[in-house]
Amino acid sequence: MMGRDWRGPPMPNQFPLRVAVLGGVAVVAFAVIFLRLWYLEVLSGDEYLAQAQNNQVREFTVQAPRGKVVDRHGEVLVDNRTALELQVKETDLPRSRERRAQLFERLGEVAGLRPDQIRNKIRLEAKECAACPATLRRDVAYDTVYFLRENQARFPGVSVERVYVRRYPQGSLAAHLLGYAGEVDSTQLSDPRYEALEPGDQVGKEGVEYAYDSLLRGTNGESRVQVDAAGQPTGGQLSAREPTTGNDLVLTIDDAVQRAGEEAISSIGLPGGFVAMNINDGQLYGLGSSPGYDPSIFAKPRVPPAVYKQLTDEDLGAPLFDRATNGFYPAGSTFKPITALAALDSGEIDLNEIINDTGDFALGDGQVLHNAGDAVHGAIDLRQALKVSSDVFFYTLGARTNDPKSDDGGPIQEWARALGLGEPTGLDVGGEGAGRVPTPEQRNDAYAENTSPDSPCGKEICLDKGEVTDREWSLGDNVNLAIGQGDVQVDPLQMAVAYAALANGGDIVRPHVGLRVDDPQGRAIQEIDPAVRDHIEIDPAAQRTIMDGLHGAAMEPEGTSYPVFGGYPVDIAGKTGTAETAQGDQSWYIAVAPYDDPRYVVAVTIERGGFGADTAAPAAQRILDELLNVDQASIEQVDAGSAAVE
Amino acid sequence: MEAYRRPRTEAFERPRANLFERAGFGRLDPLLLFAGVALIAFSIYTLGVATSEDVPGNPYFYVVRQSIYAVVGIALMFAVSRIDYSRFRELRVGIYTAMIASILLVFLFAEATRGSHRWIELPFFTFQPSELGKVLLVVTLAAFVLDRARHGTEIRRTVRLLSLGLFPAALVFLQPDLGTALVYGVITLSVLFIAGIPWSHFAALVGGVAATILVVLVIAPAAGFPILAEYQQDRLTAFLHPSDDPADSSYQINQALIAVGSGGKTGRGDDATQTQNGFLPERHTDFIFAVVGERFGFVGAAFLLSLYALLIWRALRIMTLSKNLYGSMIAGGIAAMLMFQVFVNVGMNLGIMPITGIPLPLMSSGGSSVIVTFLALGLLQSIYVQAQLTSKRGSTPF
Repeated sequence: MMGRDWRGPPMPNQFPLRVAVLGGVAVVAFAVIFLRLWYLEVLSGDEYLAQAQNNQVREFTVQAPRGKVVDRHGEVLVDNRTALELQVKETDLPRSRERRAQLFERLGEVAGLRPDQIRNKIRLEAKECAACPATLRRDVAYDTVYFLRENQARFPGVSVERVYVRRYPQGSLAAHLLGYAGEVDSTQLSDPRYEALEPGDQVGKEGVEYAYDSLLRGTNGESRVQVDAAGQPTGGQLSAREPTTGNDLVLTIDDAVQRAGEEAISSIGLPGGFVAMNINDGQLYGLGSSPGYDPSIFAKPRVPPAVYKQLTDEDLGAPLFDRATNGFYPAGSTFKPITALAALDSGEIDLNEIINDTGDFALGDGQVLHNAGDAVHGAIDLRQALKVSSDVFFYTLGARTNDPKSDDGGPIQEWARALGLGEPTGLDVGGEGAGRVPTPEQRNDAYAENTSPDSPCGKEICLDKGEVTDREWSLGDNVNLAIGQGDVQVDPLQMAVAYAALANGGDIVRPHVGLRVDDPQGRAIQEIDPAVRDHIEIDPAAQRTIMDGLHGAAMEPEGTSYPVFGGYPVDIAGKTGTAETAQGDQSWYIAVAPYDDPRYVVAVTIERGGFGADTAAPAAQRILDELLNVDQASIEQVDAGSAAVE
Repeated sequence: MEAYRRPRTEAFERPRANLFERAGFGRLDPLLLFAGVALIAFSIYTLGVATSEDVPGNPYFYVVRQSIYAVVGIALMFAVSRIDYSRFRELRVGIYTAMIASILLVFLFAEATRGSHRWIELPFFTFQPSELGKVLLVVTLAAFVLDRARHGTEIRRTVRLLSLGLFPAALVFLQPDLGTALVYGVITLSVLFIAGIPWSHFAALVGGVAATILVVLVIAPAAGFPILAEYQQDRLTAFLHPSDDPADSSYQINQALIAVGSGGKTGRGDDATQTQNGFLPERHTDFIFAVVGERFGFVGAAFLLSLYALLIWRALRIMTLSKNLYGSMIAGGIAAMLMFQVFVNVGMNLGIMPITGIPLPLMSSGGSSVIVTFLALGLLQSIYVQAQLTSKRGSTPF
């Protein structure tokens, strides 16, 4: 066949065929390439063009600063500062374990961290939010910034970002109320409320920052820049949407009142809470708890566990605990006006009815109760009983109004609930607890639970295991409730709302700290004026008598807080309270001022503060000084000898 | 040369030969010449617009170099075209030995460049012996075909020739330069094919190649004996799944596809961001076709392919015009070499071929490749010139 004689004819006999095969291969190859080229460029050109444009564009989010929080006079409570943060984006780090270790080594030298610390921070961040950059350090030095920028290629995934950090020019003032903002976490990201947020954004977590988050939060800007393959901007900015600063929030808080309240309590050195509120519209001038804390702790990317432990340490007064909205204690004698309203309304007593306070009250089962300090007040009417805070008088009312057959209790419980006790007041920043108005049902249920065979000690009552309800509802419970002792649990805010209703004629206001929302240019865009929650009918004569009694208690000799307010230049109505708790006497004072034209209610409670007049009343006075612009020098000193005790 | 030893009487029949003709240009294949020069011009222009920012402070870095290579290459092409290629047949053993030696030399002297030993640093440029080896292999293997024609059975002849071709291929593969090794393989196969080895042998060879690919890429790695380095394996298979890992081999393919695709019908001109912003890797060498595709669009890329089609058509034509089998085999080998390189390189740019690092002849920046391709074109011209001279005088068997 072919090639039999390679030297014979110059070409093998199948040469034309073989040339044709070679040519055929060439034609096929070119056809394939042309078709592919046609497909890519002509048929799919637009698609690839879009990809090419997408390729070169990087979108950078420009963080929007949150709005300021100011007090009612414009005093800044929270604003922002900028900080340089050293961040690491896990997804941009080298994948190889070895190269990553080398990077951490290098980065550790620059940032002054050990490689394992870096790894740890990244891991913690990834746990909370996979796509978020982990912040290694805040407020890095400019030297470090320049070094990293110049050597960016050696630090993949590492960047220094300018971020806004919450600043608190007033220090710890109103820390509980203001709350804090922090990086949005994964659970929040899946919440429709935070739909607009992206990983790494700041979001309100507690207090005002949380409740008014949507108003305070700005809209992040976006900058679309052209980048090269290394991700470095080539200088061309394609489009930019400026970030929109969040709105400013004006609070009803008066920084002087707030400061007076916090300082008054902290100067006593005992934990406590206070409320200063407008009785008609529920605007809060002050709402605070002591001890306080520095809220800028929470501005840090992560609160160190040791710090958090301190904030919640009972021995240190659990600074994080807000006693104004969550400090639930028996109300003590500050409860007596509520008992009075209930007894009058239910007809168990008349306005002028005289009850003889012999100093003793027999419960009927052989138990005899006494007045505080074993006082004997003699024949007194309601007004006098409030002024001197007669326990025997109110024991009597408690006994008269007991209704063991009704699960919900009698008139006292009914009135306590109507005045807003035992449930959250609807404070705009939320976070409130409920408290408790004791009823037969509640007590009997608790007793049944504590003695059930399934309880920790079976049928036995173990106080050390929290089984405090050692018997069913009895007359004594209602008698105790009448003077604010026993199972009743209220916080200063609830008491302030109740006294406000007494003073304003029955409006159950909705306490609030938000006053107005201003846009970043300072134009008011929203007034915050929540409607009253409820209105209850209070007999004007009853109201007058009770207020008169409270006025006497503060301003007249023998009044329980006469030693504090006797010479006060503005007439006020005020009630002391001393509640027995396991920790000691809870000191209470609730004042309504001015007496003639009530505008403000101030409620103060101090743990282990002793008699109401000892600690809570002086603290309330300092708050009133600010509210009423009372000059210290104008306060007359009075002889305290004739005052009644609780 | 012979053209100038014609009898004086002919001077009356022809106008006096001008300088162009006296230099021998008049007998060159004009279409082949045009295709080669047009390609290198297109290359220089493309490099000029695409690489002006690549070397800081020297926007014409690649343009100047490619121009120098072009001048040297074209000069060599003219020189070779004036030599009777048949003389190389006598030098086959010497050339073959020198080729093997130069490839081996790389292992001894070359500095490792990106993990491979391919270059020899010369004072003026880095020389890549394996590039030159392509042409030398064509010339010598075709000679050995004739040499061995008298001896032994067909199967022994085939095996012997195959060994001669695959030995340098294996050396190049070990450099490691898989792409060039494949070119050697293609050259060997095509020379044998044109030489007229039996169809059955050829079928067996093609089957063997297919089996080898299967073993190297699929079976051996699966069995735990990888023959290729991991990066080679990745590059060869990445085109099958371009979006897998945007950071590695498939990144290059992806970016090349985006570049070509985004060019559309008429190209993006100066808005060719894939090239300008550095998304496209190796844009002056392996992926220069994608640069053309992005910047000049389908029109430009098709024009470029037309030049290659012209080049290869002329090579095949010269193969049929050749005065002897030796010339045909050289022309066929060169045609196959060019065709393979164009198809694999362009195919790689279009995402239908693996990444093998095979340069696009005359387009990719690089001295060795440009000069050697011009040498090959010079050989084709030589075959063409000799064929013309012979046809005037009648066929001369060697």
